[in-house]
Amino acid sequence: MSIGASLKRLEDYNLLTGRGQYVGDLQFPDQCEAVIIRSPHAHAIIRSIDVEEARRFDGVLLILTASDLPGDLRPIPMRLSPDPILEKALQYPLAKDRVRYVGDPVAVIVAKDRYMAEDAADFIKIEYDVLPPVTDAVQSLQPDAPLLHPDAGTNEVYLIYSKKGDVAERLKTCEHVLKEELYVQRHSGIPMETRGLLALCDEDERLTVYGAAKVVHFNHQLMARLLNKNKEDIRLVETDCGGGFGPRGEFYPEDYLIPFAAMRLKRPVRWIEDRLEHFKATNHSREQTHQVTVGFDGDGRIYALRDEIFFDQGGYIRTHGTTVPSLTQAMLPGPYDFSDIEIVTHLALTNKTPVGTYRGPGRFEGTFVRERVIDMVAAHLKLDPTVVRERNYIRPEQMPYTNGLSALGQIVEFDSGNYAETLDWARKFMGWDSFPEKQARARQEGRFIGLGFASFVEKSGFGPWEFAEVEMRPDGRVICKTGLTEVGQGITTTLAQICSDQLGIPYDRISVVHGDTDLVEKGNGSFATRGAVVGGSAAWHAAGLLKEKLLEVAAGELAVPVDMLALKDGSVVYSEAGQVVMLLDDLLPICLERGISLCEEYTFHIDHMTYPYGCHAAEVELDPDTGALHILNYYIAYDIGRAINPMLVEGQLVGGMAQGLGGAIYEELKYDEIGQLVSGSFMDYLIPTSMEVPEVQTEILENYPSPLNPLGVKGAGEGGTVAVAPAIANAIVNALQEYAIPITSLPLRPERIREALKQMKPER
Amino acid sequence: MMEKTAESSRLKTITLKVNHKEYTVDVEPRMLLSDVLRDVLRLTGTHVGCEHGVCGACTIMMDERPVRSCLVFGVQADQAEIVTVEGLESENGELHPLQKGFWEKHGLQCGFCTPGMLMTACHLLEHNPDPSREEIREAISGNLCRCTGYQGIVDAVEYAAKEMRERAE
Ligand code: FES
Ligand code: FES
Repeated sequence: MSIGASLKRLEDYNLLTGRGQYVGDLQFPDQCEAVIIRSPHAHAIIRSIDVEEARRFDGVLLILTASDLPGDLRPIPMRLSPDPILEKALQYPLAKDRVRYVGDPVAVIVAKDRYMAEDAADFIKIEYDVLPPVTDAVQSLQPDAPLLHPDAGTNEVYLIYSKKGDVAERLKTCEHVLKEELYVQRHSGIPMETRGLLALCDEDERLTVYGAAKVVHFNHQLMARLLNKNKEDIRLVETDCGGGFGPRGEFYPEDYLIPFAAMRLKRPVRWIEDRLEHFKATNHSREQTHQVTVGFDGDGRIYALRDEIFFDQGGYIRTHGTTVPSLTQAMLPGPYDFSDIEIVTHLALTNKTPVGTYRGPGRFEGTFVRERVIDMVAAHLKLDPTVVRERNYIRPEQMPYTNGLSALGQIVEFDSGNYAETLDWARKFMGWDSFPEKQARARQEGRFIGLGFASFVEKSGFGPWEFAEVEMRPDGRVICKTGLTEVGQGITTTLAQICSDQLGIPYDRISVVHGDTDLVEKGNGSFATRGAVVGGSAAWHAAGLLKEKLLEVAAGELAVPVDMLALKDGSVVYSEAGQVVMLLDDLLPICLERGISLCEEYTFHIDHMTYPYGCHAAEVELDPDTGALHILNYYIAYDIGRAINPMLVEGQLVGGMAQGLGGAIYEELKYDEIGQLVSGSFMDYLIPTSMEVPEVQTEILENYPSPLNPLGVKGAGEGGTVAVAPAIANAIVNALQEYAIPITSLPLRPERIREALKQMKPER
Repeated sequence: MMEKTAESSRLKTITLKVNHKEYTVDVEPRMLLSDVLRDVLRLTGTHVGCEHGVCGACTIMMDERPVRSCLVFGVQADQAEIVTVEGLESENGELHPLQKGFWEKHGLQCGFCTPGMLMTACHLLEHNPDPSREEIREAISGNLCRCTGYQGIVDAVEYAAKEMRERAE
């Protein structure tokens, strides 16, 4: 059995020896390089663009501005959760008459190499009439705020409203009511490899574009539509990809501009985003303000939840449409059973980089808000916060449970699980029962330690379908084609393990092919932790069909009933005794002779997402003088139904935690009041290093396999990330119990803790 | 500036010894060593993640010291001896213990930071054959990884250190 085994990755050999092929590694004869000229202003009218001087520059081959693009060019549409109302705020590949954020693409310059293109770029003269910008979502909704898209008529381009029961009525009957404002800052995935593309156009006008990622087939269709070409005349090819995490691989302006330039020039055109450009150009994420009201009784049982959310969309609607805010809303109640809920989300345009998804989209934000609120309720009542959690959990016997909300066109329906169980694991591991004594002892030594918990429910397995084709070649090698993509998560190994299990051959004899629109018929790609769930199930079925076929031929040959046979270790065996009755090596020539095709495909459909869940716990120590935070212990218990490769699952949890930690303490895409991004390089945007990320202990549970797919998997990609911020925030509050520090916003910077400590007198 | 500068007059001839092989190439004085390695010598194992000296993805060994190749001009490396990730395998194709360690211990996911991590770790183990986990963390703290949370990398370096010590015995 290879499912469930921590096997080494098939991906690694090339990557370890420098043989990887990232998009920037490719080189073709006559290749030239593009640089994108971006707006230096947050909000301005473009008065004129003069490219003449730059055009005469040494090595310059092409300059494009909006007026060089086809007049009927449409803006980049939404991929997820599209809505006609939002179409007025979509982004064109090049800004036409107005720019709406610092980094908005205004022109493209292509030269023999990047050095030349950058030289010439300085000589493009663009005159702007600067307009007042708006950089705050709440302010953008004020009547006198500058309007970003006059066509849309309002900066509040969308409103999401959900309601279950009657919150207003319910609040009247609640013993206690708490109101809080909480804020999650703007940050993003920041993969180590920036985005890049390499487009070639041959004599027959056929385009090949390298550097696609994540949603290759979707972008293929979209590229064809925008470039006005047949799908057959475009090939998108995924290369190695240096990290995905949400932002990478969506369709951006450059995904139109670079192929367009290649078509014009009939030369290979490469564009590799530099890091400073990445910070301005690639999707940001997460910025939300929540105004929460909860009503509860003296035992900490919460009945009513009301939240008004202000979502900072940036200057345009990008490919994710309303995905993130609608996920925030639908997943906000998390693992708890609240009887009355009312949530409204305002989608507000601002003069900042547009936003999209980032690992745990909507849940990172919502989990911070909810899990802080749980601890606030506990503090209000002077109760144990873990007990307050327990009293509010959805119980296993309530499953399947719907919270009455929906996202991405689906009602949230938790399929299975026992939420209290993961909290119990965390409490035990961290020694919660004896922690007060430990804490008191530490305090006597002048040390401030604290322990915090955060529960979460994740979602995974976003449908509607995924595709796989599994073929056994005459030499016994297996090719598994999948519609998924590899962004570093190890999908190649995962699918190989799944096929290996079905076909009884070693996983390293299976080649997984992905992300090439010429080779793989169709696919939805890798996002939203759907890979193993939807794509894995497709591969499982396709390989299963192939197995049946092989066994039928063998059964005929051996004159035994097919259900007596199985595949194991490269042989056909009697399933009872496991005795070898025929080698695959002997079976394959028979199939070949009879012209039996050993290629099966399967498209796995899924109507409902599945919901893994778990609990994070952090033990921290604070330095009261500096506000510095040390994480002493970190623990995650996560029930994912079934782990195909536990080593990879653990890798996802630990790596995901590091990203969550960045969002909790360090990372912030900060703007000044004129809309300049002031943390736009690695000098100011702090990614946790090996010195900041603690050792993370994990417990991977498989107690509640998903009933919605044959593998029982629930997905592992995002659970490491979503609950880090509240676990740490709760730990900080726990460490400083008598100070009543308002920990309500991220990131949890030391200066804030220090300042708060200075100002707050111990309560008592 | 609009005058066409004779391209040849801008070029400087440099000689580099990379992974025990000597290369003589003409480069513009402003060309970064990372670009010389990647685009001129086609040794693309060395990655560029930030071009401002923070991420460490472009780390190589230059005259036995780990150096960020995005912060060095090619001309500054004239006559230097350089080792890149391509030079880690032994002549007969056997992986370096660090490469093995990264593979065994899941020290990489997307693999983009990996070449820089390997070069940095190489330098550490040459100078400290038995580092503690804390020392490993400190040594790699100038190399950003966005995928692994570093734990697998620390495990990998520990594994390699042990293997190398055993070999040396
Ligand atoms: S690319 Fe050289 S340090 Fe980042
Ligand atoms: S493995 Fe992806 S950045 Fe380190």
